[in-house]
Amino acid sequence: MSGPGAPIDFAANARAALGDPFLQRALRTTLERFRELQAAVIAEVPQWQALRTQAHAIKLHTLGRLDRYLEELEAQVSARGGHVHWARDGAEAARIIARLARGRRVVKSKSMTSEEIRLNEALARAGCEVTETDLGEYLLQLAGEAPSHLIAPIVHRSKESIAELLSAAAGTPLPAEPERLTAAARILLRRRFLAAEVGITGANFAVAETGTVVLVENEGNIRLTTTIPRVHIALMGIEKVVPRLGDLAVFLTLLPRAATGQRMSSYVSLITGPRRPGEADGPEEFHLVLMDNGRTAIHADAVMREALACIRCGACLDVCPVFERAGGHAYESVYPGPIGAVLTPLFRGLVTAGDLPFASSLCGACGEVCPVKIDLPRLLLELRPRVVRARGAARWERMFLRGWSWVMRSPAALVSAGRLVRFTRRLLGPRPRWLPYPFSQWAASRDLPPAAPFAFRERWRR
Amino acid sequence: MRVALFVTCLVDQLFPHTGQAASDLLRRLGVAVEFPPAQTCCGQVAFNDGFWDEARPLARALVEAFDHADAVVAPSGSCAAMVREFYPVLLRDDPGWAARARQVGRRTYELTEFLVDVLGVDEVGARFPYRVAYHPSCHGLRALGLREQPLRLLRHVRELDLRTLQGAEECCGFGGMFAVKFAALSAAMLETKIAAIEESAAEFVTATDVSCLMHIDGGLRRRGSSVRAVHIAEILAAQ
Repeated sequence: MSGPGAPIDFAANARAALGDPFLQRALRTTLERFRELQAAVIAEVPQWQALRTQAHAIKLHTLGRLDRYLEELEAQVSARGGHVHWARDGAEAARIIARLARGRRVVKSKSMTSEEIRLNEALARAGCEVTETDLGEYLLQLAGEAPSHLIAPIVHRSKESIAELLSAAAGTPLPAEPERLTAAARILLRRRFLAAEVGITGANFAVAETGTVVLVENEGNIRLTTTIPRVHIALMGIEKVVPRLGDLAVFLTLLPRAATGQRMSSYVSLITGPRRPGEADGPEEFHLVLMDNGRTAIHADAVMREALACIRCGACLDVCPVFERAGGHAYESVYPGPIGAVLTPLFRGLVTAGDLPFASSLCGACGEVCPVKIDLPRLLLELRPRVVRARGAARWERMFLRGWSWVMRSPAALVSAGRLVRFTRRLLGPRPRWLPYPFSQWAASRDLPPAAPFAFRERWRR
Repeated sequence: MRVALFVTCLVDQLFPHTGQAASDLLRRLGVAVEFPPAQTCCGQVAFNDGFWDEARPLARALVEAFDHADAVVAPSGSCAAMVREFYPVLLRDDPGWAARARQVGRRTYELTEFLVDVLGVDEVGARFPYRVAYHPSCHGLRALGLREQPLRLLRHVRELDLRTLQGAEECCGFGGMFAVKFAALSAAMLETKIAAIEESAAEFVTATDVSCLMHIDGGLRRRGSSVRAVHIAEILAAQ
């Protein structure tokens, strides 16, 4: 990612989101819909839990031999006439792609990895005319905004505001009707496809055994991006490799169901090298960019490594009560929600993104749904002491927890402290007008519990 | 069967009636209950907030306090999960303590889990003639896998009208320090939970944890609602 940036103030961002009634409604309806769709198609798969376990095992196995599988992938892609490029970081990946696409007309499919490295900015500097072709991403490009959900990137926008964006792009006023707007976008995008010289995609998976890049989508824009332009460049993080073609049976059962709640996405493209003699379509040149950009550091971290198993389905976002209220932009990261709260501190540092692992009630809903069984609540927990070591904590928090720990080390101290607390509580009355921070934060929306008359241990009789 | 009651610090100091109900209930079912007085707090509040150095001495002291118990029973899914699931994580750099913690963890149960899975009881002889909504607290639900146990016990309580709670498995928004550090988010989550409770037409909301109930009750009281939060032990002890 491009530099750590200023510390992310998640609490403030969340307060702003909570004050936006449109955003609250949009998030609730969209996520509820996703959850219903997902639950229905997941219930059809009796071996769902076993598949999750298997997917986790495949990912961890692959990560354990990542060097070998990446070299196998490179050899297979090369053997089929593709070019493989290795990029240590985002800047290098962007340089490689900008060099290949310099000055040309580019169509791009949705790729979080390209968002991660701000590829479009690098391409613009290289004189490329870039068009995002996923409908949501296209609208974000027109608006100059960042995505706010991994698979519903424009959930934060109303159809009225989308009509404004598209009317400006089309040069004619369009009504706020989804069908009309989609039809208008289709015409605008079709022109770009037909004129495109370079197509850039991400990769959902890359199969080492065959050198195949796998792309999953619903709009057909990836099919066009990978067939019309003369050159296809696929950008992927090094963790996206899977060993065998057969592994797709597992991942393609899990991904669409967990992501959009579909049995299968409308289009699944398996791309193995450029067009071969005698083939009717496909690009003349195929490039695969294998990017590290902080991934080997996560790989080397025994506790955090499993975060690299993520297949970017967004299921953890859809069930997260914090995400549902704060929205994606509150995370100030390409990767929002629970997985973002794990990845962002690892990519951008514990000081910049130190708030994010704490922005969870640890309810565990994310870990329960993750189709590759990443133990997200535990990773959030594991990051917390690292953040405390890296940037410290607020003074009240440090004092409170040190005091707590000191008192609780001795039953006698607990008895005295408990008496003091109950006495103070009685003095304060049912709803005290003033309380010191952080108790004031509690009392802003909740009454304090009534004073207990005694401690349990004081009345205990064998 | 001898049981050591791990009453939890919150119950001990702020909700003693819950602890009394838990011990009355266990005794009524023929269990010998003891209260190891060396117990204080499991350290979860510090652990969950990243203060692992502050949590470790509390974990060791708790393991020490319950080292000799046949079974450790807590009226809290969250504190039981702390001992069973998270002590091995917290104490992993100290293999001796981690092993002792695992020993104690294997014998540690949340109250309803102990009643149903260990004692094999569904019917505890309780009567509670009210409309009740059950909120499955997250740690019990997901860290310990308690789905059926509390519901089976509640369904057998005489004259209890168990109401359906919409979005029951969604977090109430407590989350320990989360409730103060991200107070606005916590309050928004609580609002959803309270709306569902009111929608259920329950007179009482119950759960396996006083922490979530303190949060929910605080919100109900602030709204002037007549619905009260009551720990499941108090319902099961009622006759």
